Amino acid sequence: MSENSSSATKKISTYLTMIVLIVLALSMVALISSVNLMVEGNEIAAGYLLIIGLIAMALSLYVMIQSRRRIAEMKIEAPKVMTTIECRKCGFKSLREFQRGDFVFKELEPCQKCNEKMMITAIYKEVREREKTFAF
Amino acid sequence: MLAVLPALTGQLGGAGDSISQILSILFYVIFIVFLFYGQRIQMYVMIREVEGSLYKLKYIKDEGRRIAIETIKELGKPQTDPSARVDRYLDYFTITPQSMDPAGIVYKLDHILDVRDTRLKDEVKLMAPASDEVQINNLENTLEAAMALNYIYKVVRHYYIQGKKTLSLYIIMQLQMILPLVMKEAEAYASALKAFAYGQPIGDGVGPLVAAKLMHGYETRKVPKDCVVAEVPLEGRTALVMKAEGPGGNVGKPGDAIKAVIDENKGKIAAVIMIDAGLKLEGEMVGEVAEGVGAAIGGPGVDQFKIEEALVDYHIPIYAVIVKEDIGDAVSPMRKEISDSVDRVIERVKSVILERTKEGDKVIIFGVGNTIGIGQ
Repeated sequence: MSENSSSATKKISTYLTMIVLIVLALSMVALISSVNLMVEGNEIAAGYLLIIGLIAMALSLYVMIQSRRRIAEMKIEAPKVMTTIECRKCGFKSLREFQRGDFVFKELEPCQKCNEKMMITAIYKEVREREKTFAF
Repeated sequence: MLAVLPALTGQLGGAGDSISQILSILFYVIFIVFLFYGQRIQMYVMIREVEGSLYKLKYIKDEGRRIAIETIKELGKPQTDPSARVDRYLDYFTITPQSMDPAGIVYKLDHILDVRDTRLKDEVKLMAPASDEVQINNLENTLEAAMALNYIYKVVRHYYIQGKKTLSLYIIMQLQMILPLVMKEAEAYASALKAFAYGQPIGDGVGPLVAAKLMHGYETRKVPKDCVVAEVPLEGRTALVMKAEGPGGNVGKPGDAIKAVIDENKGKIAAVIMIDAGLKLEGEMVGEVAEGVGAAIGGPGVDQFKIEEALVDYHIPIYAVIVKEDIGDAVSPMRKEISDSVDRVIERVKSVILERTKEGDKVIIFGVGNTIGIGQ
């Protein structure tokens, strides 16, 4: 069920890419034709084709960038989660990436400094605030 | 290009009449089209927008299902492929009790929720036979997040198809208007999935984290249901610190637990202090600590009802300390700001105890929330 649905999503993006590529190819043709017409001296027709070609190219590139952005937005980001390990006796602290099985107040291997058992005291993710700031 | 422009403008002067005629006809055509079909065009734009969000929801839902199945396979070592069972689980529903005569509805709802919880836990045990109790709780939470995503996707799809079928602007418009909030919630559940699968503490766990910090090093005992309590000396008083039993994903039943402890002490409790994560308003800072009165607990309301009932019987005052966070922070791995707020919460709890109780009194401190990734 899931494989079918995800392939359907991919099919649509391939379809879109195909249309974009066709428009891009046509815009290239229009640009080349405009150059040919200009060489032949038909400047008005060359001008029209140049404008059409440029607009088509800009639109197709815009659609392509937009669809790529949508795919990038679809990814589920897994934030980096850190585990703080502390020695309650000597206060030695270390920070490492979270490992499956970690939990707060779990006892770990002995401390490098005083040989007392160390403990996980915090597990958290750090978020870089990208929020807009407002006057209020 | 520069050479072409004068030629073009020169020609436009000559053929100006025909071009301006074409442009004015084009203008009238566009005006008439918008006059009659403006609303329909607007609707198609909205449908496109909803369609884009629906693709994203579908992707998130499928990812949720995939993560749940992978985690079950990894932790539970099932003999057969659990995919079919997971699909069945994702469509599981709960019918709330009839409320025409609301008397006694809380206990009916409580019973239904108990049946649901037992049924889902048994289902997880069948899917992942090699898992221990902690892993089963975490898997249950993972599947519940996947279930929520599945439901959100189906509801949005329902209104999208209904809107397209009926071509009703109002159905599509309502959907499009609430979509940003729906997407925010779906994204929150998506980030919760991995946290549950790995057993990482989530923002909602700030209450249990405070309680765990207070009770750590003291003897704990179990109280019904799925909760633990420890007697901790605090500022000359005896604090009965309680939380759901960790480190598996579990919220316990605070209503039953508080009632049991109050009854054990024959109502001789000077105050109940509840610590929970509270939804912040836009503009407030994550990890801000606020204080108030009342039972700080979310969920369907059963536990809040039971706590309030037990407190009224013995006239016990109830205070609340909350840590502000938004829905996304509450169900995704705990943010540093929330983790750092724990010491400030403890200070606030101590000041409440000093101001509102006398030396030698007994107080209940309950850390409400999901205790995933937090021991005691």
